[in-house]
Amino acid sequence: MEQLILTVILTSVPLIFAASGELIAERSGVLNLGVEGMMLMGAVSAFAIAMGTGSPILGMFAGAFAGALTAGIFAFFTLGLATNQVATGLALTIFGTGLSGLIGAPLVGHAIDGLPQIHIPMLSDIPILGMLLFQHDIMVYLAVIMVGLCAWVLNATRVGLIIRAVGDNHDSAHALGYSVLGVRLLAVMFGGMMAGLGGAYLPLVLTPHWAEGMTAGRGWIALALVVFASWRPWRVLGGALVFGGITIMQLAGQARGWTIPSQFLSMLPYLATIIVLVLISRNREFALANSPACLGRIFHAGK
Amino acid sequence: MKKFFTTMVAGAFAAVSGISAAVADPVKVGFVYLTNPGDHGWTYAHEVARLDVNKHFGDKVETTYVENVPEGPDAARVIRELARQGNEIIFTTSFGYMDPTLKVSKEFPDLKFEHITGYKRSGNMATGNIRFYEGRYVQGVVAGMMTKSNKIGYLASFPIPEVIQGINAFALGMRSVNPDAEMSIIWVNSWYDPVKEADAAKVHIAEGADILAQHTDSPAMLQTAEKAGVHGFGQSSDMKAFAPKAQLFSSVNNWAPYYISKIEQMMDGSWSTGDGPDHWAGNTWLGMADDYLVLTEFENMPADVKAAAEAAEAKIRGGYNIFTGPFSDNQGNVILKAGEAYHDGNLWNDMNYYVEGVNGKIPG
Repeated sequence: MEQLILTVILTSVPLIFAASGELIAERSGVLNLGVEGMMLMGAVSAFAIAMGTGSPILGMFAGAFAGALTAGIFAFFTLGLATNQVATGLALTIFGTGLSGLIGAPLVGHAIDGLPQIHIPMLSDIPILGMLLFQHDIMVYLAVIMVGLCAWVLNATRVGLIIRAVGDNHDSAHALGYSVLGVRLLAVMFGGMMAGLGGAYLPLVLTPHWAEGMTAGRGWIALALVVFASWRPWRVLGGALVFGGITIMQLAGQARGWTIPSQFLSMLPYLATIIVLVLISRNREFALANSPACLGRIFHAGK
Repeated sequence: MKKFFTTMVAGAFAAVSGISAAVADPVKVGFVYLTNPGDHGWTYAHEVARLDVNKHFGDKVETTYVENVPEGPDAARVIRELARQGNEIIFTTSFGYMDPTLKVSKEFPDLKFEHITGYKRSGNMATGNIRFYEGRYVQGVVAGMMTKSNKIGYLASFPIPEVIQGINAFALGMRSVNPDAEMSIIWVNSWYDPVKEADAAKVHIAEGADILAQHTDSPAMLQTAEKAGVHGFGQSSDMKAFAPKAQLFSSVNNWAPYYISKIEQMMDGSWSTGDGPDHWAGNTWLGMADDYLVLTEFENMPADVKAAAEAAEAKIRGGYNIFTGPFSDNQGNVILKAGEAYHDGNLWNDMNYYVEGVNGKIPG
């Protein structure tokens, strides 16, 4: 049983990174549908650097950097040239998928040693809990720290207040003298960095090789998770574990001979997202309280 | 007058190119790929074979491929384009290209089409396949002898005949050496999703499986096995580089002899669609005996297991029909009595059950 829970935790990590990064971008009012593309760019860069230098840690930084850089392209078009965010985001996913495949072509067929596990002294010796919580690779701890950081910054700091102001009413934020585009640029690049880290987790830990399109749709699940979590960081963490849990449960159910069709269980995470969307939209106040009012809207300083 | 002149020029060009075609123009061969050769699985194996075709024929053949072609109606556009470019024989390398290939084959009756893994043919469209399940029987023998927990974990993609044949062949091999071993199947509902394949492998291991097998395309399962210290088998191409301690062997798809023989037949005029009174006999469906399916070196196993694997391989190479009775399905119904055997049509049409030794039910 604890092995299964461990698998749930590990399979959730890419989702936690990518979704909490996207959450920050969306709270600043930018909808970036390019998460899948940014994850793939992060994954291929992480693998290339880890393979070339022999250091998975350097690979992790490369993944973060590549994700942020890819997000920079998105920012250039949507913020600099005021293009449609939905169309640009979709284009970014297609672009990232293609470019990562091109960069990764010579990397196919190689394997690396992934990130090592870190056993926290004393704590990792606790039965069961020690294995579940204190024997992970560095990125698992980093994921939790980043979620905490996002929550703290958003809810308890001036920076968070500015991000939310820009996302909720960019005209007022502009009138108060804040640089709407500057804040959004940083938020989008942060989102890209986190997506890059999420992508990097695949070739650095989960499946230590590169293969084209290896994220297989996890970027889209991350996007759904942000809505599922109603734009709250800690709910992203919980939601990612629920999504991961459902995935593993349906696999384990098959191994144990449950009679629920696996197709139905594969569908559950998406069904859950739709249900959450329905519940949110039923309660207007709740929806207004959480979803950024300017999400997806283009900002023109002149108006 | 001007029109007459252009016609003359065009005619002259046609005559010249016609002559040069008779002298040295290479035969053009087209390939349609499902994914990118970078998948290191199914399409990669086709790409390796295409390069072998180039090597074998040299200047006499010119090959072209189109990658990442989605299955379904859209594929017809790509196949038609290859036909227009003058490819004389076109190989479409995935099941979902069956109807599009059929359609285009009727539009170009002078060209030849070869569809991989399907069952529909026309006057100029043939079918070809590899008996993948033969390798899985040998895997079953090795797994049955190696397992200590008597639990085998199997990753499956979609419940289509090819995959069911593989599961049942594996189980028959396993039960031929170990009547207590059992297989459980996890359907990943994808050919290719490395993280999900790795997750499913971890679940199998957590449930006690100590040997893993896969009918999905990525090396993720073997990497997981390597990390967990259990063993498994690779698929489509040799996956040793990913799991040097865990891989027992890989069943490698070797399409080169198929491609080369079909192109040679086209050149010497002996090419046919294989259609006859027995539809299934017309399918070019060969396996280990003809090196269409090649097993990599048997490794990471004791000598007696290796000997048994070699014996099973030799038996199949010698023409042994794996689906020979007696065997029953996993509900206890007798499928074949001693002395009875399946022919190819049965494998496609009648195998809608798991044999003894497999847990659960076929989904859907």
